[in-house]
Parts: sequence; C-alpha cells; structure tokens
Amino acid sequence: MPKWFMPAAATCGLMFAASPFLIANAPYESTMGLVQKIFYYHMPSAGMFLIAAVVCGVASVRYLFGGDPRQDRLAWAAAELTVLFGALALVTGPLWARKAWGVWWQWDVRLTSSLMGWMVAVAYLLLRRYGGPGSDKLAAGLALFGMANVPFIYISVNYWRTIHPTTTVVPTLPVSMGVPFWFCFAAFLLLFVLLLRLRVRLEEQRARVDALYLSLDQ
Amino acid sequence: MFARIVWLVLRKDLTVEVRSLEIAYTTVFFAVSCVLVFAFALVREGQAPEDGAAGILWISIAFAGTLALGRAFERERQSETLRALLLAPAPRPAIYVGKLLGILALLVAAEAVLLPLVALLFQEDVFAHPVWLAAVLLTGTVGFAAVGTLFAAMLVRARSRDVLLPVLLYPITVPVIIAGVRATAVLLQPEVEMALVRFWLALLVAFDVVFVTLALWTFEPLMTD
Repeated sequence: MPKWFMPAAATCGLMFAASPFLIANAPYESTMGLVQKIFYYHMPSAGMFLIAAVVCGVASVRYLFGGDPRQDRLAWAAAELTVLFGALALVTGPLWARKAWGVWWQWDVRLTSSLMGWMVAVAYLLLRRYGGPGSDKLAAGLALFGMANVPFIYISVNYWRTIHPTTTVVPTLPVSMGVPFWFCFAAFLLLFVLLLRLRVRLEEQRARVDALYLSLDQ
Repeated sequence: MFARIVWLVLRKDLTVEVRSLEIAYTTVFFAVSCVLVFAFALVREGQAPEDGAAGILWISIAFAGTLALGRAFERERQSETLRALLLAPAPRPAIYVGKLLGILALLVAAEAVLLPLVALLFQEDVFAHPVWLAAVLLTGTVGFAAVGTLFAAMLVRARSRDVLLPVLLYPITVPVIIAGVRATAVLLQPEVEMALVRFWLALLVAFDVVFVTLALWTFEPLMTD
C-alpha cells in the first residue's frame, strides 16, 4: 500500500461522516424542499460513474492495442466502480424523481443513456466473470464498442422530451448550496480513487500469485 | 485480393447453408413465433397498440438475428474451421466482411418473410414507401449484424458464449433498435413525416459506418490468441 493510502482513507471516512451535517445545514430549495437534498449524493455518484466509465474505456483501448496487463487491471477495476457508482446514481435518481417529477422513471436522454451505459458495464463484468480464458481481450473490445456507442444513444433519445436538469445548474448554485455540494463531490472523488487503488492492488497481487504458481511448476 | 477472399468466405457459408438450410429454416420459424408471441402479448380486443407493428418487427429481427449469429459461428467451432480460416494467408478484415455478408443474407431472407406477415397480421400498409422502408431495414440490419458478427466471432472461444452473445449485443445495438423502430413507425403512419425518416436513416448510416470501421479495425487484435 502506498504511504498516502491510510491517511486518505481516514480523511474520506471523516468527510462522509461530516457530509450529513453540511447537507442538513444547507438551505431548502424553493420548490422541491427537503427531497432536493438527495442531490448532494446523486450528482457526485453520477459524476464518478462517468469518470469510472471513461477510465475503463481509455484503459481498455490501450490494453487492446498495447497489450500492457496493467491497463487491463485498471480497466477491470474501473468497470466494477462504474457499476457501483452507476447503481448509486440509478437508485438515488428515481427516489428523487418520485417526489420531484411524480414518476419513478422517465425515458429521457440522461436516464436512458445512463441506464444503457450501466448495462454495458454490467455486460463487461459478466463477460470477465463467465467468459473463461481470453475474455480480457474480448472485454476490452466490448468497452471500446461501448464508448463508441455513447453519442448514438445520446442522439437517438435526445428528441424525447427532457425534464432532467442539465449540468449547467452546478456553477449557478448559491454558495450555501455550492459548499456542501463540492464537499460531497470531493468526498466521492476521494472514495473513487481509494477504491480504484485498492481494486487494482488486489488484481496485481492475484497476478503475482499466478506468476509464482507458474514459476513453481517449472 | 480482398474482394476475392470476401467472395470465397461468403460462397463457402452460403454453400454450407444451402445444403442443409438449417439456420435459414430455424431463424425464419423463430422470427415468426416471436411475432406471434408479441402479438398475443400486446393485442387488445383485436387491435394492436399504436406503433406496435414496427416494434414487433424489430424485436423479431433482433431475436432471430441473435439466434442466427450464434448458430453460424457454432458451426465454425465444431470442427475448428474458424481456426483454419484464421490460419489461412488472408487479411482478417476480409474474413470478417465475408462472414458479415453471409449473416446479412440470412437476415434479409428472414425479413422478406417477416414483413408481409406483419403487414397481413396488423393491417399495416408496409408497401406505401417501399424504397424508404427497404433502406431503413437494410441499414438497421447492417448495423446489428456488424456488431453481432464481431461479437459472435470473438465469443467462439469463450465459455458460456450462448448466454453472453445477447448480453453483450443488446446494450450496444440499442441505438439501431431505437432508430429502426422509430423510422419504421413513422413510415407506417398514414401521413409520413419525411424529415423524421431522413433523420433516423442518417443516424443508422452513421452508426453503420462507425461500427463497421471499428469492427474491421479490432477484428485482428480480438481474434489473435
């Protein structure tokens, strides 16, 4: 474990412990009231979902054409985090939507494309888990196709009526809401980096054990 | 050279298929059963819901396509003929294009049966704009088959490939299904909005170009052990 890991993990724990107090002290949003506070966890999870997906895609392409196993381990770890943070965003979203829009689900651009991106990440994990030997390359190919797919999904559902707010609301947040939001965002980002590092380390050690087994046989 | 290898692979696949007609018969029959199952699920008091015919048509194509893809590559696996194909001194992209054209021929044959059936069962005037409808069906099928052929080929060596093919294929081909269903639904309406059809057709063509290019580019690294 790198030296920064334990202090960073402690900081992350403290930040998550402190976030409910900050969120509770933030002002109520004028029309939605209390339910709007789910935003402080929903938006950072969605952000981490996107970052994890991009990390997975880039690492997969580099693995497919470079063949560096480190990139493969990074892609796998990132794919698991894509599923984790995607699930958080897809659970907190409908909880909020039920109160704010009156429906659990709306077939709008953001929701549909997030769901499809999440499905590709789940398919990636299924392929790695049940694909048998050689599935690392296949999964990298899937991630590449999944990345290429994003603009098409976006365009194809874009004409459906949308009620999801755009990301432009973030810079317009008043300070009283912006501080807890960016605090939560930083906490989620730290959590993402820690989990990614931990997961990559697990794969590194598995690879090392495999190498030791092989050298023992010879 | 390239075109010749494409033709040889395609001719091989068609010859094998014509001798038994195994995939053609099972795929067409499966597609017809799909239409019936969805008709039973959706039709209320003798009436299909609005745009139901377009949706049922595309679901049947997607399901039957998955079946055909799985079978076509299972056949190559049985006596390791895919390995022989890949060992041949031929450019890999040419092998991919040959296999893709073979799958396309099968799917177009299935559509030729499905379309009149849907027209008959749902009282849809499918032949009002034959050229546009053919263009939508063809570009949609190319997009679906381009991704499907690559995935089916790379899954030949994987475990539990029968389950994994639809699991990987459907999330990736969602835009094709959406665009195909929307364009077909617009074309089946009495007042056709041509601008909308052109938009979906352009999306399908763009999808085809991007995914065929990607497949040609990645077929080589993905099919190397």
